Amino acid sequence: MLKVEHLTKMFGGLAAVNDVSVVFEAGKINAIIGPNGAGKSTFFNLISGMHQPTSGRILLDGVDVTRLRCDKVAQLGVGRTFQTTNLFEQATVLDNLIVGHRLRTKSGLWDVLVNSKRLQAEEKASRDKAREALDFVGLSHVENQYIADITQEQRKRVAFALALATDPKIVLLDEPAAGVNPEETEGFAALMKKMVANGLTVCLIEHKMDMIMSLADKIMVLDHGEKIAEGTPEQVRSNPLVIEAYLGSDEDVAA
Amino acid sequence: MLFKIGSLLMTPAARYGLLALAILFPFLASNEYQVYVMASAFVWAIAVYGLNIITGFCGQLNLAHGGFFAIGAYTLGLLTADHGWSFWPAFLAALLMTAALGFLVGVVSLRLKEHYFAIFTLCVGFIIYLLIDKWEELTHGPIGVRDIAAPYGFGLVDFTETTPFYYLVLAFLVLAIWFMGRLSRSLLGRTFIAIRNGDELAESLGINLMRNKVLAFVLSTTYAGLAGALYAGMVRFIGPEEANITHTFDMITYLLVGGIGTITGPLLGTVGIVWITQSLQFLEEYRMIIFGPLLVVLVIFFPRGITGQFLSWMHHKAQAMQPRHKARASKVTAPQEARNNA
Repeated sequence: MLKVEHLTKMFGGLAAVNDVSVVFEAGKINAIIGPNGAGKSTFFNLISGMHQPTSGRILLDGVDVTRLRCDKVAQLGVGRTFQTTNLFEQATVLDNLIVGHRLRTKSGLWDVLVNSKRLQAEEKASRDKAREALDFVGLSHVENQYIADITQEQRKRVAFALALATDPKIVLLDEPAAGVNPEETEGFAALMKKMVANGLTVCLIEHKMDMIMSLADKIMVLDHGEKIAEGTPEQVRSNPLVIEAYLGSDEDVAA
Repeated sequence: MLFKIGSLLMTPAARYGLLALAILFPFLASNEYQVYVMASAFVWAIAVYGLNIITGFCGQLNLAHGGFFAIGAYTLGLLTADHGWSFWPAFLAALLMTAALGFLVGVVSLRLKEHYFAIFTLCVGFIIYLLIDKWEELTHGPIGVRDIAAPYGFGLVDFTETTPFYYLVLAFLVLAIWFMGRLSRSLLGRTFIAIRNGDELAESLGINLMRNKVLAFVLSTTYAGLAGALYAGMVRFIGPEEANITHTFDMITYLLVGGIGTITGPLLGTVGIVWITQSLQFLEEYRMIIFGPLLVVLVIFFPRGITGQFLSWMHHKAQAMQPRHKARASKVTAPQEARNNA
């Protein structure tokens, strides 16, 4: 599915990501963990095309996407959420989601001027897709509410729905459960399982160890930009390098 | 009751009512000067709609907008006064010129983000002013351009008269608003709004940032060029002051007061402030003592302007009313309407 070979990103003299190779299999939940500043978000930025790697290769279903721009990578099926998502506060949830399907549409200025059949069809398709994504994350009932009026947890679900509306093959989730309570965290874990059950590949960065250990099929551990461990939760949990990395920092001790 | 009035304002009927009022205005006005002021307010409103596309919808604060207005005015002015073109071909040339220059400036300036873009365009605006002021062989410098052609009425109407010109401007304003409305509801408009919400998120949704930003920029400069050309055809005498940066800041004020990123806002803000300015003319520059605090209060309490505040209020009213309507099995679709008009 997603194959990363010797990926390196230098910021000046600092290697934010250093020679990381990993394979994320299709239809699995893959987690990336590591102390703050380990290069997790940079790793996501490299895969999604937001940053260009210094060296190495990224293959998506065998296609080299290493040097592609962010929007091209998204079109090839990489969806993404951020730690914080800026949405249009004074617009409804549904209105915010319709643009998610834009990358699968072709209408341009001319279509807008003449209100073409294509535009109408594509707008309907985008609206349907937004509703479908909203239903998937369980928020159909807030469709007509303003973003400003929904809860923090619902906002996070809207961000999920936005990524899902792009029709991705793989979704990169950056700390999906940050800032939500334990009960809601379980809700997000269930949502990720549902995504995988629907044929998606999930890749997430997370700090909540309880959640990761019970949820992930595979975990990669980064520290100072380098991959120090990889494997099932059990393998990672007992890895001395991982324990040291976590004990040596201010992070929560690995469960 | 208030709510009912509110939802009434949102119906197409209300919009036609407003249009009817605008059509009747020359008959209601007590003198020709009022018609002239209204026509000039409409000209500025067209330019403000352009600013609304790039700044209100796409989120890029363009401070060269007044400069493009001046380019539109000068293109029309110089072609008709110095080169013997008649109005309409020169008018078309003004649109093409502002679109083309908008493309060139956009491609360069939109590589920059946020404040850097704003500062860059501020400089572009000032360079446009300097070019007009100093390039005397082309622009006549500070003397300005005289004897600009008025729109040719094909023997049917005489646009040198105030009232026919008023209707001409009104027609272009309606066209400008119509396109704005269509754009805002379309996938393209939503794409612009996604960019306003944040470059990174928009990009990760597969949106080509540069292409869409340049498109929004070109649309906005074309609106500015349209307004500038109409302005030149109305006043028939222009000078470098048309490119003065204060025009840009005036337009930003109109946009903020009326409601940035809304459809009705630019019209409301422009017409409102132009008339307030007219009625405070006796205060001369001191009228800023009234405008300044007014603007501060507005930005603090109504950051989305009059229209934005109104739409938000409507939406919450509609949401609050919804359960009761359901109980009564009523068919009120107020939230739907409010949404379509946002």
